[in-house]
Amino acid sequence: MTSSIFFSLSELAYMMAMVAYITYLVLKRKGIGIAATGITIFGFSAQTLAIIQRWIDSYSIKIVYEVDLFSKLLHSAPFSNLYESLILFVWTMILFYLIIEFRYKNRSFGAFVTPIAGLALLFTNLTGMSKEIQPLMPALQSNWLIAHVILSFIAYGTFALSFSTAIMYLIITTEKRDEGFYIFWTLSVGLFLIVLIAMALDFMTFRIAFSTPESFIKSYLFRATFLNQSKGIAAFSYIVASGILFVLWRFGYLIKKELLSFSISTEVLDDITYKSISIGFPIFGLGGIIFGGVWASQAWGTYWSWDPKETWSLITWLVYAIYLHARFMKGWRGKKVVVLAAIGFFTVIFTYLGVNLLLSGLHAYGEL
Amino acid sequence: MKEDILTKGTNAIWKFFSSVTLTVIILILFVLVSIPGTIIEQGSTEKNLQLLIKVVGEEFAPKALKIIISLGFLDAYHSWWFIILLLLLTFNLTICTIDRFPTTWKIVKTPMGPLDDSFLINMPIRAEIKVKGNLEKAKELVSKALKGHGYNLSEKRIDKTLHLYSQKGKHSRLGVYVVHTSIILVLTGAVIGALFGFKGFLNLPEGEAYSAVIMKTGLLTQDEENERDRLLNTIESVSGDIVKTSQVLGIEPATLQSKLKRYGIRPLGFSIRCDDFEVDFYGNSDMPKEYKSWLTVMKDGKEVLRKSIEVNNPLTYKGITFYQSSYGLMPNLRNAKFVLNIKSNSGVSETKYFNFGDKFAIPGTGIEGIISDFSPALSIDENGRVFTYAETMNNPAVLIEFKEKGKYKYSGWILKRYPTTWQLPEGHTVEFKDLWGAQYTGLQVGKDPGLWLVYIGFALMSVGFIFTFFRSHKKIWARLKEERGEVIITLAATVNKNRIAFEREFERRVKSIKGG
Ligand code: HEM
Repeated sequence: MTSSIFFSLSELAYMMAMVAYITYLVLKRKGIGIAATGITIFGFSAQTLAIIQRWIDSYSIKIVYEVDLFSKLLHSAPFSNLYESLILFVWTMILFYLIIEFRYKNRSFGAFVTPIAGLALLFTNLTGMSKEIQPLMPALQSNWLIAHVILSFIAYGTFALSFSTAIMYLIITTEKRDEGFYIFWTLSVGLFLIVLIAMALDFMTFRIAFSTPESFIKSYLFRATFLNQSKGIAAFSYIVASGILFVLWRFGYLIKKELLSFSISTEVLDDITYKSISIGFPIFGLGGIIFGGVWASQAWGTYWSWDPKETWSLITWLVYAIYLHARFMKGWRGKKVVVLAAIGFFTVIFTYLGVNLLLSGLHAYGEL
Repeated sequence: MKEDILTKGTNAIWKFFSSVTLTVIILILFVLVSIPGTIIEQGSTEKNLQLLIKVVGEEFAPKALKIIISLGFLDAYHSWWFIILLLLLTFNLTICTIDRFPTTWKIVKTPMGPLDDSFLINMPIRAEIKVKGNLEKAKELVSKALKGHGYNLSEKRIDKTLHLYSQKGKHSRLGVYVVHTSIILVLTGAVIGALFGFKGFLNLPEGEAYSAVIMKTGLLTQDEENERDRLLNTIESVSGDIVKTSQVLGIEPATLQSKLKRYGIRPLGFSIRCDDFEVDFYGNSDMPKEYKSWLTVMKDGKEVLRKSIEVNNPLTYKGITFYQSSYGLMPNLRNAKFVLNIKSNSGVSETKYFNFGDKFAIPGTGIEGIISDFSPALSIDENGRVFTYAETMNNPAVLIEFKEKGKYKYSGWILKRYPTTWQLPEGHTVEFKDLWGAQYTGLQVGKDPGLWLVYIGFALMSVGFIFTFFRSHKKIWARLKEERGEVIITLAATVNKNRIAFEREFERRVKSIKGG
């Protein structure tokens, strides 16, 4: 299928863009910045083509009952499994990012957004998620459900963006190493880097296609590093990880200087954070909570059953509601509010991956 | 004096409950107390005991479990602390709305007027433009720059200055109230549903009619389960008639009611029959594409409604909805009927129902078939032996032995999903259409009288979101003053949100006035 070539191209482009943006942040050469934007636009175009191609492919492959064109198109939308939904997430995030880069005429955000894209795409590759176009199970053949999935991932894309700007905000407003907010951002960025590196190492070590993400997580994730069979390598990985965290914590304030030279103000960062959330929050409320409820109501007879996935979606949504309300509280300006936006994205990740991988594991553990 | 303290007290309480700080605190608590319920498996004592044994050891596990149960963690989302928090949130939301709505309403209702000079000079978003010409011409410039963008200008002349002003999106200020009201509606609907609705399930075999559903109960002992089954059988034998049931059992109706409640039996007040059930697969795979049940509702022995349901497409009668949710094979296939379409090579064809072991003749010939084996999911292993690979009717097959004049001729498996297996050597065909009465359809049954409120809440919330997040209240003033052949235009504006984007829009308007 031609779509996979375009997907690979876009993946490669985003990885290169990540390197370019970070280099640009350090060296501040305008040429590098323009190149970074160019590569990102190229990657985005390739990804768009790939999605369209896949949509056309699944339109002709999927056997659907639907008679009206709308339902037919929706049912063949290429956003029905984990792999496809992560692609949509990355696509949305990059789209919003590009809009912001042009609107605010500032490229420094790129260094914070592209690593998230890189991590998500690495994850799709590494876990060997099924990239096949699959038919839908009966319960999944619902317009509500498909709209639910699509809107949720669009919202996740905006939340990822708000996470990037929230972290940037924290970077440029903190410098004391014993300050809570400073520790928070160095830890967040550090853990993010560590997971990215560890997964890249897994990817290079085991280039096999695995059956499911669950089995990958159970048997391969971090096997090249923290969970290596060799105790020595595992111990070494922990030491290196601690080293990364320490270096970030010790010298993190230097990043602030780099960023400040791009003349971004805290107001702009706060504004972008708020704007991303004020797009993501209603979309997630509508798509993630309401459409999910309508679907569950039609398929199972209950719009809400408090299962862990539902509950964590609600938690995610409420954390962003807390963020929105905290902005109206006296004395709760700046860092205190922005940090909520960053926490919101952690709950997004947990809702998306943690619930399936950790909680179901725990429940299965009880059955042993 | 006393009254003073009283009003002071009430004011303090009012202030407390109308504060956003309280909202943030409640929401944070809400998030925190929601987490344990996702980690501790709800309702399952046995599994949690096993888990606890692994964590705290054999000795303390039962004690730990008791504590967890008594604090309501096994039913976290119905526990007293959770409900109190929900009530607090609702209360907070209501008071907050009553407290703030009048102010907002006033802002929306008060007509806009020109701005005093002192205000104008202090507006944060402001610009001054000098244009050549007279007032009329300057006014035209300003209107041209603003009208196309949804600003309908009002004007007022005070002495020699002309004031133009306009606002748009004032109703967006009400969006927040719509969102908040919608939350109250959803919560109210949920409470109505929890109080007056029910949720149960029903495994309905093909060809049978039931008139009661079973709901979740606590653990029942063996004796209790036996009694429940006896009750159910009695109810079904009189088609769900409660009065008759209590007569048959010889107990008071009130006693019967309390027993039904205890055992989670819910008579429907009518019967529902499954006429047929089918699963469609994708091609020849085992991936189900659709499950479908043909249902008939019967009241007082008469048919009142017929409908086929699928996943995502339920049936509703008298407020009770039946959802297609699962299916399965009956443990006992004695009453199941094989539906065969038999067609001879001369074109005579008939469809008939048979029991296991029945014989049939191919019309106009001396060939006779005997139904001698059945598999719900037939497959062949590498040695060519057949075996059954699933407990559901994924690939139903019937083994038929053919005889001619009492003598064995040949035998073979006829598969429902593979037409080539229907062909006999002489050109006759025996199509295996179905094994009817072998499957049951799994139905979720529920009544939720609060659902419509929840849905109205959902709809309102969506509308509210659009007003809250994608619209803002913008006001623009322009003061035009003629001075020595020039007009000085002072523009000022306010916006209630999205300030940075609005400033950019403002710049553009200013530019277009300057550009003429
Ligand atoms: C699940 C619960 C709630 C949700 C989903 C919710 C949702 C929202 C949303 C979407 C906004 C608009 C925010 C913005 O424009 O940035 C908002 C604003 C607001 N909410 Fe809530 N809210 C909730 C509970 C409450 C409660 C309990 C109160 C009670 C005090 C409250 C008071 C306010 C206030 C005062 C505003 C600001 C209005 C303004 O001046 O623009 N909210 N809420």
